Amino acid sequence: MPISRRGGAGPSLTLLRRLCSAVAVAGDEGQVRKIVLDELEPAATDVKVDALGNVLITRKGKGGRRLKVMVDAHMDEVGFMLVADSGDGLYEFATVGNLDARGIAGKPVVVGRKHTPGVVGAKAIHLMSADDLKRPIAMEALRIDLGPGGKAEVGDRGTFAPNFRRAGPSVMSKSLDDRLGVSILIELLKHAPANVDLLAAFTVQEEIGLRGAKVAASYFKPDLAIVVDATAAHDLPMQRDAENHFYNSKLGLGPAIYVSNGTAIDDPRLVRFLIETAARARIPCQVRQPGGGGTDAGAIQRALDGVPVVSVSVPHRYPHTAMSIARLEDWHNTYALLSTALRRITPDILRGRT
Amino acid sequence: MKQLLQRLTETFGPSGHEDAIRDLIRKEVRGLADEIRTDALGNLVVRKRPSGERHPKDGPRKIMLAAHMDEIGLAVTHVDNKGFVHFTSVGWVYPPNLPGSRVRFMNGTAGVIGLEPTDHASDVPPLDRMFIDVGATSSRDCPVKTGDVAGFERPFLDLGKRVAAKSMDDRIGCAVAIEALRKLGRTPNDIYFVFTTQEEVGTRGAQTSAYGIDPDLGFSIDVTGWGDTPGMRNFEIALGKGPAIKIRDAGMLSDPRIVKWMERTAKKNRIAYQREVLTDGTTDARAMQLVRAGVPVGCVSIPCRYVHTASEMVDMGDVENAVKLVVALLRAPVNLG
Repeated sequence: MPISRRGGAGPSLTLLRRLCSAVAVAGDEGQVRKIVLDELEPAATDVKVDALGNVLITRKGKGGRRLKVMVDAHMDEVGFMLVADSGDGLYEFATVGNLDARGIAGKPVVVGRKHTPGVVGAKAIHLMSADDLKRPIAMEALRIDLGPGGKAEVGDRGTFAPNFRRAGPSVMSKSLDDRLGVSILIELLKHAPANVDLLAAFTVQEEIGLRGAKVAASYFKPDLAIVVDATAAHDLPMQRDAENHFYNSKLGLGPAIYVSNGTAIDDPRLVRFLIETAARARIPCQVRQPGGGGTDAGAIQRALDGVPVVSVSVPHRYPHTAMSIARLEDWHNTYALLSTALRRITPDILRGRT
Repeated sequence: MKQLLQRLTETFGPSGHEDAIRDLIRKEVRGLADEIRTDALGNLVVRKRPSGERHPKDGPRKIMLAAHMDEIGLAVTHVDNKGFVHFTSVGWVYPPNLPGSRVRFMNGTAGVIGLEPTDHASDVPPLDRMFIDVGATSSRDCPVKTGDVAGFERPFLDLGKRVAAKSMDDRIGCAVAIEALRKLGRTPNDIYFVFTTQEEVGTRGAQTSAYGIDPDLGFSIDVTGWGDTPGMRNFEIALGKGPAIKIRDAGMLSDPRIVKWMERTAKKNRIAYQREVLTDGTTDARAMQLVRAGVPVGCVSIPCRYVHTASEMVDMGDVENAVKLVVALLRAPVNLG
């Protein structure tokens, strides 16, 4: 029997642009935290910012026996930290999180709270030998160049310069991982359903080891958790009629439901529940290829005496680079799936085993 | 006990998908315990309460035993245009053990593992250049899809004193735990027999169940390796010389007091045993040790040949002695001295 999509139109592009334009490298998530609190604090009564900077918001439902459902999205992005001052506005740096270092040379960046502009510099191509060109550039050979006037300090964090744009059916931006998830969670809270206690965790430091989620799960002690993230789509055309076996997920096929990743095996009852919800509400969805990667689910599942978890991600190409691409439709369908699914959750959802 | 072991090893249960094996174990322990429950991650927690004889010093000791229900397996990554099923591993799967293996999916579909050719005929390709052939000819007529999970399939082999099967790791531990529970009778201890999930992917069920139980001490019952076949070196464990008392493995150091307690008990009850130092691999004890403020742990190991193949072999004498040792450990007040 078909069911209808619930929960309104979904997050706005304006909100997504604001989130993506913020700089919130793991460990210093303040700019995104501020947007989350601006959007939600007026209406929410139970808001906590914990010791690590997680934003933990509880929206209790009404009536009946209600499950405590934690929904998680991480506020931090990958980036880098200045480690040594080489003089003249040049800085040595280290990556924060699993940033794709092969593609970093020549990219515009911003550093520090004031978004001081700079560029990642490497030896010019004219000066490279044939041998040099065969290898990726070593991190030690790169510098962040802020120019002689650029002010920054060792310990400042930075990342790729904000560059959000809409291009037809797609959005292109840095940090779609996981501002796509954050925007969805903000909207889910604004339309929180009555049948569950919704425990929203906007977490910190996911990119450097799922650290905020571990702490957030200990605080919430949920009955189950759903993690909303962004996952890689390696779905470019193949050469010479070869078939692509390793796409992970694909753009345009809807939210990617996890069966397992490198940090967690998703609870089969929750996986089945989401796939069935999508089928009945006629929301396109796909199953992400098992294994690899990681989400906050890995930390939440193992917190305290255990939490059943499932992850759902918006597919995006070129993760952890200066510009990723996602389809607006996949983003909206991920919201629709989660919003519809939350409204179908009853205590029976965890009864599928003896 | 061989029949129990056959039932256990021939049941489906790769990590994260332990429903069938849990159902079977639940039936086996019905009537033997005071409380049986399933926790948030699917661990089966079977409690035997103390029988009123109180420990002279502190009251009943809360003991956790862990034997893992899950086995290694494979998960489908992609079904290609010609119906061949590409896969990744669930837990640690060693490529040389795969060519020609047979697998069974949760939905009953069976298949055979094939290989892409390599430069040299004797090389084994990595997992992402192998595939499962279920007899399909296209992705449309293939009965499995991305995300589906398979276990290895091999019937139980009875060689008399020795038996071989897939998933002896760790259904043998489950069998020892079930038999120990059956034979235990009265005990001054508060004992939690935990049949854990997801050990093969990182001892996850043991971690969360230990947090929930908060034991005073614990030990796992799992397989260990073997050193007694042609060419094996640097590892003394042999089949037929008794269960092994683990001193350390790659993931944990047994509490020396637990080791002494186990040795004393074995000697007192005239149970043959071996001392085990394993450099490669670990068990649920590692996870139990580090929950909350820490737990003294050890492990009773069953020597096992050909671990992580579909024909893991144990000696029934070792198994019976392991049961005797576990019963002797649990039946008396614990003195860690």
